[in-house]
Amino acid sequence: MILIHCPYCEEDRPEVEFTYGGEAHIARPLDPSALTDSEWEGYLYIRSNTRGLHAERWRHAHGCARFFNAVRDTVSDRFEVTYKTGEARPAKITQTGGAA
Amino acid sequence: MSGYRLSSGGRVDRSRALSFSFDGAGYQGFAGDTLASALVASGVTLFGRSFKYHRPRGLLATGVEEPNALVSVDRGPARVTPNVRAPQVSLHEGLVAESQNRWPSLKFDVVSINDRFSALFPAGFYNKTFMWPRSAWEKLYEPVIRRLAGLGDSPVTRDPDHYDATYAHCEVLVVGGGIAGIEAALEAAKMGSRVILIDEQDELGGAALADPALWSTLDALTAQLFAADNITVLTRTTAFGYYHQNFVGASQQLTDHLAPSEAQGPREKLWRIRAGEVVLAQGAIERPLVFNGNDVPGVMLASAGRTLALRYGVAVGRAVVIMAAHDSGWRDALALIEAGVHVAAIVDIRTVVPADLADAARAAGIALHLGSAITAVAGRHAVKGVTVAAGGTGPAHKIACDAVLMAGGWTPSVHLWSQAKGSLVWNEAWGTYLPGKPQEKCRVVGAGAGAWHFGSGAITSVLPNSLPVSRQKAFVDFQNDVKARDIQLAVQEGFRSIEHIKRYTTNGMATDQGKTSNLNALQIASGVLGRPVTEIGLTTFRPPYTPQTFGALMGHHKDALFQPVRKSVIDDWATAQGAVFENVANWRRARYFPKGGEDMDAAVARECRAVRQSVGIFDASTLGKIEVVGPDAAEFLNRMYTNPWKALQPGRCRYGLLLREDGFITDDGVSARMADDRFHLTTTTGGAPRVLGMMEDYLQTEWSDLDVWLTSTTEQWAVIALQGPRARDVIASLVGGIDLSPEAFPHMAVREGTIAGVPTRLFRVSFTGELGFEINVPASEGRKVWEAIFDAGQPYGITPYGTETMHVLRAEKGFIIVGQDTDGTMTPGDMGLDWAVGKKKPDFVGKRSLARPEMTRKGRKQFIGLLTEDPQELLEEGAQVVTNPDAPIPVPMIGHVTSSYHSATLGRTIALAVIADGRARIGETIFVPMADKVIRAKVTAPMFYDPEGSRLND
Amino acid sequence: MKRFSGLNLIAEAMNGHKGWPEHWPEKAPKPAYDVIIIGGGGHGLGAAYYLAAKYGITNVAVIEKGWIGGGNGGRNTTIIRSNYLYDESAHLYDHAVKMWDGLSQELNYNVMYSKRGVLMLAHNIHDIQSFKRHIHANRLNGVDNEWLTPEECKAYCPPLDISPNARHPVLGGALQRRGGTARHDTVIWGYARGAVARGVDIIQNCAVTGIRRGPDGAVLGVDTEKGFIGAKKIGVSAAGNTSVVMDMAGLRFPLESYPLQALVSEPVKPIFPCVVMSNTVHAYISQSDKGELVIGAGTDQYVSYSQRGALHIIEHTLAAICEIFPIFTRMRMLRSWGGIVDVTPDRSPILGKTPVAGLYVNCGWGTGGFKATPGAADLLAYTIAHDAPNAINAAFNLDRFRTGRFIDEAAAAAVAH
Repeated sequence: MILIHCPYCEEDRPEVEFTYGGEAHIARPLDPSALTDSEWEGYLYIRSNTRGLHAERWRHAHGCARFFNAVRDTVSDRFEVTYKTGEARPAKITQTGGAA
Repeated sequence: MSGYRLSSGGRVDRSRALSFSFDGAGYQGFAGDTLASALVASGVTLFGRSFKYHRPRGLLATGVEEPNALVSVDRGPARVTPNVRAPQVSLHEGLVAESQNRWPSLKFDVVSINDRFSALFPAGFYNKTFMWPRSAWEKLYEPVIRRLAGLGDSPVTRDPDHYDATYAHCEVLVVGGGIAGIEAALEAAKMGSRVILIDEQDELGGAALADPALWSTLDALTAQLFAADNITVLTRTTAFGYYHQNFVGASQQLTDHLAPSEAQGPREKLWRIRAGEVVLAQGAIERPLVFNGNDVPGVMLASAGRTLALRYGVAVGRAVVIMAAHDSGWRDALALIEAGVHVAAIVDIRTVVPADLADAARAAGIALHLGSAITAVAGRHAVKGVTVAAGGTGPAHKIACDAVLMAGGWTPSVHLWSQAKGSLVWNEAWGTYLPGKPQEKCRVVGAGAGAWHFGSGAITSVLPNSLPVSRQKAFVDFQNDVKARDIQLAVQEGFRSIEHIKRYTTNGMATDQGKTSNLNALQIASGVLGRPVTEIGLTTFRPPYTPQTFGALMGHHKDALFQPVRKSVIDDWATAQGAVFENVANWRRARYFPKGGEDMDAAVARECRAVRQSVGIFDASTLGKIEVVGPDAAEFLNRMYTNPWKALQPGRCRYGLLLREDGFITDDGVSARMADDRFHLTTTTGGAPRVLGMMEDYLQTEWSDLDVWLTSTTEQWAVIALQGPRARDVIASLVGGIDLSPEAFPHMAVREGTIAGVPTRLFRVSFTGELGFEINVPASEGRKVWEAIFDAGQPYGITPYGTETMHVLRAEKGFIIVGQDTDGTMTPGDMGLDWAVGKKKPDFVGKRSLARPEMTRKGRKQFIGLLTEDPQELLEEGAQVVTNPDAPIPVPMIGHVTSSYHSATLGRTIALAVIADGRARIGETIFVPMADKVIRAKVTAPMFYDPEGSRLND
Repeated sequence: MKRFSGLNLIAEAMNGHKGWPEHWPEKAPKPAYDVIIIGGGGHGLGAAYYLAAKYGITNVAVIEKGWIGGGNGGRNTTIIRSNYLYDESAHLYDHAVKMWDGLSQELNYNVMYSKRGVLMLAHNIHDIQSFKRHIHANRLNGVDNEWLTPEECKAYCPPLDISPNARHPVLGGALQRRGGTARHDTVIWGYARGAVARGVDIIQNCAVTGIRRGPDGAVLGVDTEKGFIGAKKIGVSAAGNTSVVMDMAGLRFPLESYPLQALVSEPVKPIFPCVVMSNTVHAYISQSDKGELVIGAGTDQYVSYSQRGALHIIEHTLAAICEIFPIFTRMRMLRSWGGIVDVTPDRSPILGKTPVAGLYVNCGWGTGGFKATPGAADLLAYTIAHDAPNAINAAFNLDRFRTGRFIDEAAAAAVAH
């Protein structure tokens, strides 16, 4: 069971308190109707599925209930950092391994 | 008779004799014995039968690595546990154990015929045969193979024991209570850390328990341990799994070491420990030597011989021969002599051994055979002697003996280390893998880290022998009957990776998971391939370290606690009324209320008539409820739901339809605007958590500019649905502060006031097509209000109804149930719900997806009604709809029946379905093919009753 | 290829089994092949086998970054069934089930396909509706699947607890008698041996590091740890690692890879005669020929390539198993392990062409890839050989994620209302 640092509660808590929210930084288009079907497909379904450092969303469902973002190494499952929704992905860990 | 109890020595309590039975025969041992030590002391050599060849097998080891001596322990009816390792069974008065995998008896096992024909059953034999004739695999070969395989028998009755589970936290977790582990724990405790020390044995000490010279040190250390108030010591506890971030699973035996009559409380306890640092002090496991005859009962590890003598006061035989490749065997020999065991000879594959050991052995009168190997072992159920040859192929001579001890060197226990993804480094000198770099905050101390004091040894694969390997009974994996020859054969057939060799030969896949066999298999494969061990790979260490009871792993999650049942506050009342319940999501709901022996159809028909003709009362408390509050609440709902919300006036309700972003219907419900900035949402019973999670997601991550708060109020409100033409009459006298007249309080309106003196949000809504109210009151008052309404309804014959009646009534009106009439592939258009989609809204969740080619395609399935030609014929929910029932298979299907009921109101059956181009087919006849007949039905609009809705607005 | 048979086994027993040759000799890669298959699992090796055996293309290499069968092919719970709801799925999986029957003879390798039946339990009314829908659709599609009452379920699987007082009582079940299990490793080895005998090269311990494309965009070959290897066509059958491989060709995929755990108990004498699955309680179980109870459940929740899962998933899985089979609480877990499963948005596979000429893909099987092995392998081979999908796999294209024409088996199971 992985241990996750909630950036709002500022505590390391066990995974069972959290729900996974998929890849991070995929913003919902402001005007979906302006998108082609392929662009809409990209928003809905295309995922980096990175082998390596992966930016992803978590929700502290059984805690503060807030969504936040994290960068985690999907090979070791180790978290590099967690950060609040709306904050940019920290620059020092923007490199990705495998699929980008 | 081979082993016997020494006249003195050991840690057993000779003042406390214990009686026990094995295979029905009575034996005696002492307190402090294990089943294994007591049986060896009683002269027993034969403990079990191997998996494949059913060869007679004795005890190999005295620890977790034991592959042979597996027994079933019988603690009374329904308390039989198969495949328990005899050296890990603490002896208690009245212990009952049985051997396994033999018929009719351990000494005479019919299936041991396999052994005579073992040449036919090399590794992978089953891949090569049993293919002809084609049908015989399932009818003949597989059943026979299955019966011969397996070990003990599974329990066949429900386990009366229960199991405990807990979480624990500490700064330092020490796994292994030998001296290295105890010292690590004491050191950590001095720093003020909370420490947990776990050890799998009955008493702390590890290898030191077999070394009397260390007992006083051990006693002093354990005294310190128990004196420290920041150390928790868990014995009989196995750390079985090392998971992410120092999360360690451990299982504690609580009662199996006690006589059943003394056992109270849970049988085992699961510890889930999160540790700041983990110190692994698990020691090392001795390696058997691979030579012809090494599986004859009475051939065992030297460490086992030593432990039996020095810890349990048991001699393994009256004349012991040591087959060594490592100095530790010599030290064990000397220790045995000191304990009073006769060691007849030491055979060592090495030509040179440390002079001090050789001198001491000579001085003790032990015959020495250096540069030699055992080439054969006489005896079938017990060792009778060995043949020893210089260099393995030179002149041979026989030595009479009744026990052989193998000292093949040591394998550090790196299982947990490796589970924690710590790296392993091959050590050529020791012929083993040692811990390298950690990935977690973890370190290894003691013998597990290679810090041992047993001397050195030669690394061997198969001991030399003039017989070809193919004719030797030289075993590598004892339980699974993998011989050196099998490993050779696997390599010969092209299996070069150790993972392939393992899978082809099954080496290391037995219940000991290769604790004594993996390194020997690697060495043999390395030799055959002519490649270094490191190029052959290493099988992955997987949890659990030793087999773990399902019961302990499930902990409290059984029966009612498997998934707690959610019950509404009306549940007790419904139970008292004799309701029949159904599970819906995690809730249980009253399905119908049978009276006087009614079956479901009769009860439902009666309940339906009551609602249509007078009034019925229904517990709708399980509906999901979300309070949406804030200045942007209407804007938020406008973006979430397909419907427009901004123009909805306070005091009014609206049916809301929720799509996923992919355009498919995911939930629906009637929601009310309580004030400009406040909505009372309802969701489906099963959908509440999903909908709230989805809404929070959009609110927090996409539209954080909106000032809105969402609160789950599902369990805050009890919801009483009162439906039927007399509904208003029933509550008229109970309601305060609300004008119930149709003009003041129309359909799809909400009012706040009181009912039976309790504050209420009173909805005038209907899921039945009748005049109806959904009365929301604080859950704590729900039962009281329910009963007040029920009493007030008596003059009208108020009838409680359940979910089944609710389904029938709504189906008569064609109201959909999301999840039944929709299945995650249906759009609003498909379901005839375009009216609920705000055409002018630029965007809402799922809108863009509705414009995809597939969603606008002709021929999509559409929601319609079906009326069977025979009005009493009931379609089956899930039945498929076709246009040509005579078409050959595969028959083209155009849709399926989603809902189907007897309608008491209409005096016939009705059904709802989704079928391709359904609305264009209204009036057509379609076919519903069943296994035994074809049912004809007419397509209709999905509305069977009061299509004008006049009853709603009364 | 020396033929496997009982007679040859006896003859070899006399000879100390010295005459059995290598299943697949070690090979250095040739400079170029007609077809390269990336991924030496059952699907990839099977595709190579069928390219050679059925479609006449023998100049084929299978490139595997580790050892063959080291991925999901060697770490699954071996369940085989085809009672899927939608026509497309039923035809796809039944294509495989038909091929399982007779595969041992086809490969001259006993893959131990055992039609012991797969029983899916219904625990609530919604389950009943859903299973009946499957049963009716399956019947009209020629796929066997029948409804059993609780008592019939108990008769078919005696360890089952059908007490009405259970937390999730058994209300019935859907049984596919042709469903069952096979021995996962032997499928891998059988295809490898058969493919090699027909001229295919198997290159192990050779990770692909790049996919080269020509000026016209079509594939030229692959860069590997052992150098560049040319190929006119490349089939990717890399399961959990598909996204990583596709990235090398500049393609982004609708896939996510999740950890999936499974476990076995210690072996016991025959107690469990079939395969039982429960979606509501969320677990599945069978007993192997060795006697181990083979148990699986759902995935961990997050994307991962660690082949490692969490203890609480195991706890829940065993609780689920013991909820349906309370007699097993004293049984013991012998080994648990994790795999990586690649999951598509509609939980159906992608099997067909890609936007890159000469590049073909077979992925997205999620937790259900083993059962499809012969069928998926055959269809991948067909698609590569014809540069066009077979009618059976045509619907399992990439374009459906743009158009919305899903084959959504997960949605069809829907959720309780």
